Amino acid sequence: MTRQMTGAKMIVQALIDQGVDTIFGYPGGAVLPIYDEVFQQNSIKHILVRHEQGAVHAAEGYARSTGKPGVVLVTSGPGATNAVTGLTDALLDSIPIVVLTGQVPTFMIGSDAFQEADTVGITRPCTKHNWLVKETDKLSGVLHEAFHVATSGRPGPVLVDIPKDVQFATGTYSPKKPSTSHYQPQVKGDMEEITELVAAIEKAKRPVFYTGGGVINSGPGASQLLRELVEATGFPITSTLMGLGAYPASGDKWLGMLGMHGTYEANMTMHGCDLMINIGARFDDRITGVIDAFSPKSKKAHIDIDPSSINKVIKADIPIVGDVGHVLEDLLKVWKSRGRKTEAEAITKWWKQIEEWRAKDCLKFKQSGKVIKPQYALSRLEALTKDHDRYICTEVGQHQMWAAQYLGFEDPNRWMTSGGLGTMGYGFPASIGVQMAHPDALVINVAGEASWLMNMQEMGTAVQYRLPVKQFILNNERLGMVRQWQELLHGERYSQSWSEALPDFVKLAEAFGAKGILCSDPDDLDDAIMEMLNHDGPVIFDCLVEKHENCFPMIPSGKAHNEMLLGEAKTQGVIDAKGSVLV
Amino acid sequence: MSALKIKKGATSHSAYNLRPNFSDVIERHTLAVLVENEPGVLARVIGLFSGRGYNIDSLTVAEVDHTGHLSRITIVTSGTPQVIEQIKAQLGRIVSVHDVHDLTVEGPSVERELAMFKVTGKGDARVEALRLADIFRANVVDSTLSSFVFEITGAPDKIDAFADLMRPLGLTEVARTGVAALSRGE
Repeated sequence: MTRQMTGAKMIVQALIDQGVDTIFGYPGGAVLPIYDEVFQQNSIKHILVRHEQGAVHAAEGYARSTGKPGVVLVTSGPGATNAVTGLTDALLDSIPIVVLTGQVPTFMIGSDAFQEADTVGITRPCTKHNWLVKETDKLSGVLHEAFHVATSGRPGPVLVDIPKDVQFATGTYSPKKPSTSHYQPQVKGDMEEITELVAAIEKAKRPVFYTGGGVINSGPGASQLLRELVEATGFPITSTLMGLGAYPASGDKWLGMLGMHGTYEANMTMHGCDLMINIGARFDDRITGVIDAFSPKSKKAHIDIDPSSINKVIKADIPIVGDVGHVLEDLLKVWKSRGRKTEAEAITKWWKQIEEWRAKDCLKFKQSGKVIKPQYALSRLEALTKDHDRYICTEVGQHQMWAAQYLGFEDPNRWMTSGGLGTMGYGFPASIGVQMAHPDALVINVAGEASWLMNMQEMGTAVQYRLPVKQFILNNERLGMVRQWQELLHGERYSQSWSEALPDFVKLAEAFGAKGILCSDPDDLDDAIMEMLNHDGPVIFDCLVEKHENCFPMIPSGKAHNEMLLGEAKTQGVIDAKGSVLV
Repeated sequence: MSALKIKKGATSHSAYNLRPNFSDVIERHTLAVLVENEPGVLARVIGLFSGRGYNIDSLTVAEVDHTGHLSRITIVTSGTPQVIEQIKAQLGRIVSVHDVHDLTVEGPSVERELAMFKVTGKGDARVEALRLADIFRANVVDSTLSSFVFEITGAPDKIDAFADLMRPLGLTEVARTGVAALSRGE
């Protein structure tokens, strides 16, 4: 069935047909016709953010916590350019979002009109794909294709730029139908390669599963298959920052996160393994450390839906292009049909070695005195919230790494963090998007005070929509990770890494009409966290923590997995000149 | 599609070699990239090369299938085998790209380029230029009493050789189209 309608109405209709229930946006001149249509319907809820960057991060939070694409509607020019950081963030973390931007009318494009920007030009490198729609008749087709591209294959952000005259004009609406475009990424893995991996699993003496965000993106079924595979083989498993929750943190095969601030046991296991099974991760530089010394003796299998991830950084011995869920299903089938074999004796020995590494207890810390250690704050937050229906967002920096280390994730889609781009200011708007998708859940944004201030305007959004998001700020009055690197790399010259004029966060919360809680004494911490949890509304929790705490363990730049720093003992001069050019 | 001379059954993965032998030797490869002819598609391809630091030695593009709105981009690039494989994989993930073919590894292929040379001069140099043009089967497409414009087609090294010969004879301007290439045989 096709119908005649205006472009603006088509947009709303296409969103409804795509099953969209929530959009995040900010109006402006070039999207007024669309906003007029948004006004005249009740199917889609529009969340008015306070800055377009916030809209995109909120949509990312929505998408990461639901597995559905997040949708953003912003105006031309500055509306579009403000969305660029969020688009890049979503591109690097493979998050499906659809951003709709207004554009000046087609006959004014190229004239440097008011609020004109070359939006498709600017966003070409930071989207998976984008479109400028110049004819109303083509609009609905492009919108449906945009959802298809955003969610197929390796997910990512897409943008549709819609000139104002296209919104006003009338055209033919084509309803959603299965995509017939040539863009149909391969999801089934090659059976020969999968069989080769099964053979490697059967023979492995020191194996490890190294999993990533691809497992989460593949859907809850993939996490289920992963759990089955881990339990059935008895192999140890570690994960990247992006993959936390695919395998439960309480599982006995769990080694903790790997990488620059990963656990000692996870990194040593990676370094010493003879079979590395990479499932939906991409050998990011935060994971590998120095490439030449990365897991030197292992055979490496790499399962990824994006062929360009394979052999990009680390050569794969067993490359498998496909969707994690599909590949794991086939892998389990083949492995079972061949008799569920593993080198059980060798695996037991391997675990004995791993237990020795585990015994280092690399995340231990000592809370003493009257100053809260950030690790202690997160341990208490974990203890008091782990039984809740809980979603965690973070900003970027030390607090993010501590959250990954000290909070346990039992399920996928419960952990929203900016991994690839490392966007300070991500977490707060993301928590708004998560809370919109899960109104009754406990949504906590673990933040640093510096990151949090980057998108603090969204407090207005949280209060307006009565979203009880908990902003758990570990306040060290420093840019903690910058300060840590300056200590390790730049002779303790703390250039611009502290703020001398922080707001009173309690008063700030009150100014927005929310609740503020200040906590500076470890003895008060539990009560203060309970007060936060019991308050039905947004809370800013200002947790004053130790100002000079460093985040360990740490693989220094330019070093290998087995050269981790475990604590404060000896950190000066550990990064040589070659390592110091790395970020 | 038959006009495109791209083998039936080729998938978007056909150009990838997932088990390459990596060496440090810089290789020159000619890639044929079949893309949807839509606004900005060339910018996507070029942006990929500049954004990721790959080389473009030559690039040509034109619509080759007017009904299907498909353009063929012929890119000559150079890099280590690992970089070449990355380039192909990265091209393959551009949504507007239908197919990527590495003509250098997919069997024998023919490469042709068209170039125009303006040679100015009088006397013996002018006669010599005309004589050499004849040997190279270059055509004279414009002439004055003191200049020629030659048109020449051929593989890039033939054109290079012709340019080297024309230089001492009064070569003042060169225009080259870049390489177009097709695989040999069916």
